[in-house]
Amino acid sequence: MKNWWPPALVILAILIIWQIATVVFDVPPYILPSPAAVAGAFGTWGGVIFSHTLSTLWVSLAGFGLAVIFGISLGVWVGISPLAYRALYPVLLGFNSIPKVALVPVLVIWFGIGAPPAIITAFLISFFPILVNVALGISALEPALADVLKVLGASRLEVLTKVAWPQSLPHLFASLKVAVSLALVGAVISETMASQTGIGYLLVSASSRFEVDLVFAALVAVAVLGIALYAFFAWLEAKTTSWARDS
Amino acid sequence: MGSALKIDQLGLEFGDLTAVADFSLTVPEGSFVALTGPSGCGKTSILRAVAGLLPYQRGQIWLAGRQVLGPTGGVGMAFQQPSLLPWRTALENILLALEVSPVHKKTYRAAPKAGRAQARELLARVGLAEFENAYPRQLSGGMQQRVSLCRALIPEPGLLLLDEPFGALDAFTREELWGVVGELAAQTQCTVILVTHDLREAVHLADRVVVLRPRPGRISAELPIGLPRPRPLVEAYSDRTAHWLRELRQALDSGVGA
Repeated sequence: MKNWWPPALVILAILIIWQIATVVFDVPPYILPSPAAVAGAFGTWGGVIFSHTLSTLWVSLAGFGLAVIFGISLGVWVGISPLAYRALYPVLLGFNSIPKVALVPVLVIWFGIGAPPAIITAFLISFFPILVNVALGISALEPALADVLKVLGASRLEVLTKVAWPQSLPHLFASLKVAVSLALVGAVISETMASQTGIGYLLVSASSRFEVDLVFAALVAVAVLGIALYAFFAWLEAKTTSWARDS
Repeated sequence: MGSALKIDQLGLEFGDLTAVADFSLTVPEGSFVALTGPSGCGKTSILRAVAGLLPYQRGQIWLAGRQVLGPTGGVGMAFQQPSLLPWRTALENILLALEVSPVHKKTYRAAPKAGRAQARELLARVGLAEFENAYPRQLSGGMQQRVSLCRALIPEPGLLLLDEPFGALDAFTREELWGVVGELAAQTQCTVILVTHDLREAVHLADRVVVLRPRPGRISAELPIGLPRPRPLVEAYSDRTAHWLRELRQALDSGVGA
């Protein structure tokens, strides 16, 4: 991590320009609070922001966990079976084309408000990229390698466990980075519409009270959470599938 | 150690296209046969049929007294691409063959150390003793191809099928590997069928060169290469080899016109 300073510099520059702009143009704090005011909001509301962030984290990870389980199982199935691929793909594609926000009201009717619709929204939004990537990785078996394995006498299960599955891991981990960020988006969207907890709820309630500094503090909290989750899975990817990077 | 192979009036069809017609070939135990001929003459298809990878429509293939109707075990195969698993070391790539072989996996699971020792010995024989823990990306193309040969040989197959294994390598590496394959074939006494476009390679390695002509693929000539063994690399550029190369060239030219 010796190249930490370019992003740090960019963030610092944004904060400085933001701070100067709010002072120079005398922007009222209920339109755009200065970074100092946002930092102040963290001081005032730190505990509240933290507990809502934790709630969003929990909901996102629950939805993401479901997405990992279903995405991998279905992805493996679609990857090994051309019939399953043909049968399921149009439905999955159509399903993926529905904006997940549009489903939240339906989920509220079915499951009430709070964590359940948020978990399910996070799941729905992050499930597809995992499935597609796993299926892609599993099915991309080099013909020559497939022949080698057949000649060696490998069973279909052995081809799956010893070759196709490890081969799909780089695809899987690449998708996890994207999916976990999407899960966070899904959870926050659902919370803004139907919840009493979480960052999404905090955003809506703070803006309805014109506590714009708190709104921005909540946004910063989501951003930090998103970066942290992404970084964790990027790290996991680098650790587990380093063989895939320069081959 | 080697298995006798008998191909009797083999016919291969892809839909309306007859790829190979009336192909008969008898390969005695431990013999080294090279198949050569222009593109589209069905060399690779014949090899795949012998391996049991390609169903055939006519004729019969017999390996070690049993008819080939699918992948049989007892066959090792190496292709132009080494097809190694990038997440496994050289040693682990070779051991994959023991892990999945229906014949060997029980023995290997019971005594993995013996299998590892065997793999190490093979690596040493192809000159890669120090590279057992190297990953494929750390090995040159020639080294990867050596590992691929070890993987094909560790289950001690009676028949080794080589489909242009040196086609993607530079000339120097290719000549080095001729020596490796020649030695391995002699040591294991494996029956070998080599598909190649390289005439010198065919003459230098094989006991017999079979020339095919295309559309549909069939035998146009067979040359028994009367060169003594072992054959050091200088032999590949000797007058005797030159003689067989001329013979081979003529056989190919007369095949095209027919």
